[in-house]
This record gives sequence, C-alpha cells and structure tokens, in this order.
Amino acid sequence: MEDIQVAAQVTELAYALDTFYFLVMGALVMWMAAGFTMLEAGLVRAKNTAEILTKNVGLYSIACIMYMLCGYSIMYPGGFEGGVFQSLSTIGSGLLTSSDNTAADVIASGGDTYYSGLSDFFFQVVFVATAMSIVSGAVAERMKLWSFFAFAVVLTGFIYPVQGFWKWGGGFLQEAGFLDFAGSGVVHLCGAAAALAGVLLLGARKGKYGKDGRINAIPGSNLPLAALGTLVLWLGWFGFNGGSQLVVSDVENSNAVALIFVNTNMAAAGGLIAALLLARFWFGKADLTMALNGALAGLVAITAEPLTPEPGVATLIGAVGGLLVVIAIVTLDKLKIDDPVGAISVHGVVGIWGLLAVCITNEEATLGAQLLGMISIFAWVFAASFIVWFILKKTVGIRVSEEEEYEGVDIGECGLEAYPEFTSAE
Amino acid sequence: MKMITAIIKPFKLDDVREAVADIGIQGITVTEVKGFGRQRGHTELYRGAEYVVDFLPKAKIELAVADDVAEQVIEAIANTARTGKIGDGKIFVTDLAQAIRIRTGETGSEAV
Repeated sequence: MEDIQVAAQVTELAYALDTFYFLVMGALVMWMAAGFTMLEAGLVRAKNTAEILTKNVGLYSIACIMYMLCGYSIMYPGGFEGGVFQSLSTIGSGLLTSSDNTAADVIASGGDTYYSGLSDFFFQVVFVATAMSIVSGAVAERMKLWSFFAFAVVLTGFIYPVQGFWKWGGGFLQEAGFLDFAGSGVVHLCGAAAALAGVLLLGARKGKYGKDGRINAIPGSNLPLAALGTLVLWLGWFGFNGGSQLVVSDVENSNAVALIFVNTNMAAAGGLIAALLLARFWFGKADLTMALNGALAGLVAITAEPLTPEPGVATLIGAVGGLLVVIAIVTLDKLKIDDPVGAISVHGVVGIWGLLAVCITNEEATLGAQLLGMISIFAWVFAASFIVWFILKKTVGIRVSEEEEYEGVDIGECGLEAYPEFTSAE
Repeated sequence: MKMITAIIKPFKLDDVREAVADIGIQGITVTEVKGFGRQRGHTELYRGAEYVVDFLPKAKIELAVADDVAEQVIEAIANTARTGKIGDGKIFVTDLAQAIRIRTGETGSEAV
C-alpha cells in the first residue's frame, strides 16, 4: 500500500517538475519577443523606432489572443480542449481551465500525462508569436501599422496553425516522417515565407535602390540595441529548443535537455564567428550587424535538430548557417528584395538549411521527407500570405505615403517619436 | 588684429590647443564641423551595400589674435596639425575690425 502511495507521489512530482520546466522554457521563449523588438528597433532608423516597438508589442498580443481563440484548436484538433472552433460556450466560463488534468488522471496514466494542458498551450502560444515577430522586421519602415496587425490576425489565427497541425498536430508531414524538432520549418521558415510575400507586394524602402541599379545602405540607428536584442534571442532560444524536448523528469530526458542547451549555444557561437569572418574577408571590415545575424542563423540552423549532433557538429551546422546568411543578405539585396533586418535570410534561407541538416546527424531523417516538409510549409504560407497581403493592398493599402515614409512612421502612425527633441512642456 | 580660422583633423585638436597656449594665446573657440575638401568623402560597407560618407568630421578652431603674434600662431597650428596626409585641413586669416571684452569694455588688442 505504501509503495503505491510513494509511486503516486513520484508521478505527481514528475508531473509538477515537467510542468514547471515547460512553463519556464515557455517564459524564456516569451522573452524572445523582447529580443526581436530590440533587434528590430536597433536596425531601423530612429524615425521609425516607436512604430516598430508598437508593432512588436501589438503582434505579440494579437498572437496570444488569436491562438487562444482558434489557432490552438486548429493546430491540435484532437488535443486539449479550447478555442472557438471547439467550444464557443466556454468563453467567459473558465476558457481552457476546466479541462486540465486532475491528479487522479495523472496517477492513473502512470506518467503518460506528464504536464499541464495549459502549460502546453502557453508553450505553443509563444511560438506562434515568434513566427509573427519574424515578419515585422522584414516589412519595417514603410508598412501601415494597422494593415500589419490585420495580417497578424490571419497568420497567427489560421495560416501558422494549419501548417503547425501538419507537423506537430499529427498531420500528413508528421506521418511522412518529416523531422523538425523545435521549428526551423514550422516557425522560422513559416515566418520568413510570410515576410517574403509581404515584402514582394510592399516594395523596397524609398532610396534603398538607386536608378542605375545602385544598392544603397540604410544603416540602423542603434547597434547597442541590436546587439542586446540578439543576445536576448540567444537566451530565449534555450527555451525554444530546450523546451521542445517536452519532458525533463528522468535522467535520459534531462541529459537530452542539457545536450540541446549545449548544442543550441554552440551553433549560435559557430554562426556568429563564421558570419563575422566572412564579412571581414568579403567587405574588408567586421560588420557587427552581420555577426548578429550570424548568431541568429546558427540558432535557426540547429533548431530543426538540436538533439542528435555532437556539440562540435552543432557548431559546424551553425557556422554553415552563418555563412549562408551573409550570402543570402547580399543576394536578396541584389534581387532588390529589401529586408531591413535580414529576417528572410536568417529564418528562411537558414531555416531551409536547418531542415536539410537534420539528415546529417539523425538516421531517421530522409531527404525526401525533409524536402516535402520544406516545400509544403513554404508553398502554403507563401501562397496564403500573398493572398492576404494582396487583399489588404487592394482594400486598405499596405504602404504608407511617400511623405510619411520620409517623415518617419513614428509620427505618421503613432503620433509620437522614440527620441523627441525640441519639445516644450508649456 | 587677425581672426585665424583653422579647420583641422579632430584628433589633432589637443596638440593644437597646447601649441597655441604655449605661445600665450588666452582663448580659442572650437566647433565640431563636417565638410569636404580635396580629401572628399569615403565609402563604407553596411551589410554588403556601399554607402558614401560625403562629409567628414573636422574641428574648426577660431582665434582672435594681435597682429604681432599672428604669424607665430599660424605657424604653430600648421606645424602641429600637419600629418602630411590628405585631409589635414586649412587655415584662413582675416583682418579683424574690432574686439571688445564684454566684462570690462576693453577694446582692440587689449581685448584679445
């Protein structure tokens, strides 16, 4: 009798530990919103800073609400109860909470139910916010704020959850053997595909490309913020990848989480150094912004499979990401695809590399399944996003006026400046 | 009296200040300025794209001096600000009609 009680207590304790771990990892991922916000604020011009901050805090909140309303239930239809599609009636009467696991259920499951259903919702909701954050940087400095928010509603409530279901909800990509541990494809390639569709319809910032084919640099206004943002993202990524193990309460899984932390860290380091070196030899000087993108590229590259590589291999996978991102940024510029922060290169080009790199270290991966996942995600998100952007463009418009762009979208969209000068209190 | 205006490389400012102080000059006015001369601007790369820095930062110093020390001051500025490389700057000398020390009302050479 006592043994049974002890076993039940251990099961409860493991449940508590796994839930706690899941929530803390989710909180780290939430902090990636701060990373994206600071990175983007640093890489735009001062006159567009307040607007990019507004966009980032706004999109995060929209993502949370839309995912609660319908995103989660689209992505996990057979799973946890919640969302308008499943139970409209529960809104206002303890949405989601009524159906969380009871102690009896957990004990009866013998450890198969190992974390709170709400902790899963929380962990998933911060991922969709990450995907949407990727879009905001690429369309920075020229997009209408409210058109962006309208797009955020559709991406976080529908476009993202559909392809998320294909993989993590148990859809056809899961069945096809497509491997994407923490979301190089589902999160990063998704965000980049949506961003690319938006940028193509939006056009480049005024003055970015000259008449004679000249490519003009538009330097960011605050590199300390960009560096801080990158390091915040680097920290948040431990939650992103480390939390995706989903369970930590035994030796095997806690070792796995530790390995994921180490690999995630090494890939970022490899990416940063590779990008910094390439920039130094290619451009003659150590371009900080490329180094920062390199670290993020390393992180994106390892996200699809942070568990099977040895740390040395993880460093190299990250380093290849770092090289790719520099080449991609320069190439996109040549194609006149204006992405002020390099989001399409970091999350799209390197996201693809991450999906392919799974095949290097994971014996269960097949190139065919990885390509299927990559193409499916890109095609769906790009096409759906393109349609939404196109409708927005033809109805309310997606681009601010030329004059507003010149004056800065801070005043035009937000009516305030990040760094006001010559103001009087009287 | 002469008004001596010199555009120099900013990193030479301290040396020039010391050199003119050694001659006994009691005050100078310094402004951070930007501009271009024969040095022109230069190009830099940001994320692989070129951008041109048309106007380079320089320090502009202004000194009002008595006629008898003007040559000495000009020589001191030229000698200390010279690196021999393009972009060392220029010295302009103009006649100064009047100078007044506001506190005492002294005028002319007394006031500089």
